[in-house]
Amino acid sequence: MEINWALARKMEKLAKRARIVQAIRAFFVANDFLEVETPHRIPGNAPELHIDAVPSAGWFLHTSPELCMKRLLAAGFPKIFQICRCWREGERGSRHLPEYTMLEWYRAGADYRQLMVDCEELLAALAPERNLLWQNRRIDLTPPWPRLSVAEAFARFAGVTAEVALAADRFDEIVALEIEPRLGWEKPVILFDYPAPLAALARRKAENPAVAERFELYIGGLELANAFSELTDPREQRERFAAEEAARRAAGKAPYPVPEPFLQELGHMPEAAGIALGVDRLAMLLTGSTTIDEVTAFTSEDL
Amino acid sequence: MYSCGDLKKGLKLMIDGEPHVIVSFDFTKPGKGQALYKCKLRNMITGSLFDRTYRSGESFEPASLEDRDMQFLYKDESGYVFMDSKSYEQVTLPEETLGDDKYFLKDNMEVDILMFNDRGIGVTLPNFVNLRVTQSDPWVKGDTAAGNNKPATVESGYTLAVPSFVEEGDLIQIDTRTGQYATRVKE
Repeated sequence: MEINWALARKMEKLAKRARIVQAIRAFFVANDFLEVETPHRIPGNAPELHIDAVPSAGWFLHTSPELCMKRLLAAGFPKIFQICRCWREGERGSRHLPEYTMLEWYRAGADYRQLMVDCEELLAALAPERNLLWQNRRIDLTPPWPRLSVAEAFARFAGVTAEVALAADRFDEIVALEIEPRLGWEKPVILFDYPAPLAALARRKAENPAVAERFELYIGGLELANAFSELTDPREQRERFAAEEAARRAAGKAPYPVPEPFLQELGHMPEAAGIALGVDRLAMLLTGSTTIDEVTAFTSEDL
Repeated sequence: MYSCGDLKKGLKLMIDGEPHVIVSFDFTKPGKGQALYKCKLRNMITGSLFDRTYRSGESFEPASLEDRDMQFLYKDESGYVFMDSKSYEQVTLPEETLGDDKYFLKDNMEVDILMFNDRGIGVTLPNFVNLRVTQSDPWVKGDTAAGNNKPATVESGYTLAVPSFVEEGDLIQIDTRTGQYATRVKE
């Protein structure tokens, strides 16, 4: 039996990936964020219709560390970050792994606009040359990056409004097939202000409650991060969870228990903003990799 | 019936009464939205290619195709000729139907021919085939990094990436499903 050549070939990219993760950690430490660890196995996730968790001995593997990280915010931790594995059942493609690495960070006393700036500064720290080469395109990372509202993006690329698309149950496919592939080829693009029904844990915009303060970061047509100004009203959060959980059960999905400790403590959470960023995808961008497999030592198919 | 979770490269489906094969497949999912299954499909009769995106919840009828054990005989102007090992019936497949598989066919090779309404529309080769390297540049001395590749051409004219220690005249095993180098064969 020869050595595993396919794995040996990944050595250079895996070394780059390790340096990227080390640089992410150094960036947050230098900016006074506290690194935290929260359990990977939890009684239930925040209910979301289109995200399925892997069952684990009566509980579930987390699909995001968000609930525990917000409980830390509510207990007074002002700036926290975590780099951890997350699991999402059935998600496998050239940009998806059912087990992948997530970076999340949260800031008390801030809203999503501060996180946009954090993203610009994080990329500046990871790519000091201020550009990257991906899919034969040179992408300029110099801040500020363009901000594009969801409404503008639909007007420009889709020919229908976001509301019409949402009513016709076509919002996701238009974003995935028409909008996303066109975003972030000159500079990264921040797509912001999503219809409120699409942001179960985000705060509604005070001046326009039809949209929620949520943004996604796109670089080279790749969706890299999702961010919210966090919803801090426990009553509204409980109602939204109940609606989402009802939709999950109606679709035949495994029921989650109501995350009571989170809802109880949410009332103490200060105004805050939080973001989740896919570390594997960031490594794809910074190593010029077309598939997520190239920056991952072992996919589930390799085991 | 298949569901979206079953979709993958190589799966054969009936669409509008004709068999189709998925030639490339990707799963995608925007943000917190619905899963989308992007397929490039080939009509197995006409050969036409097209893209189609499915959403979770859709279901698909498997293509009703029959596999028959056959042997590769020879190639002529009409295409690649195979013979049923039991009935001696012959079937000809055009070159475009074979794609890269034409590089992995050897005389008398036992293959599965895919039949739809008594018509040959595809071939499944053994998973591995041994072919001799006819051209490859020598290993550059000092290039000892594990995992380094170089191109090599085998006797059928097919070119692929091989580890740098593979030399001209070596017999190598190729995975016919991926077209990639598997291992060097000891003789």
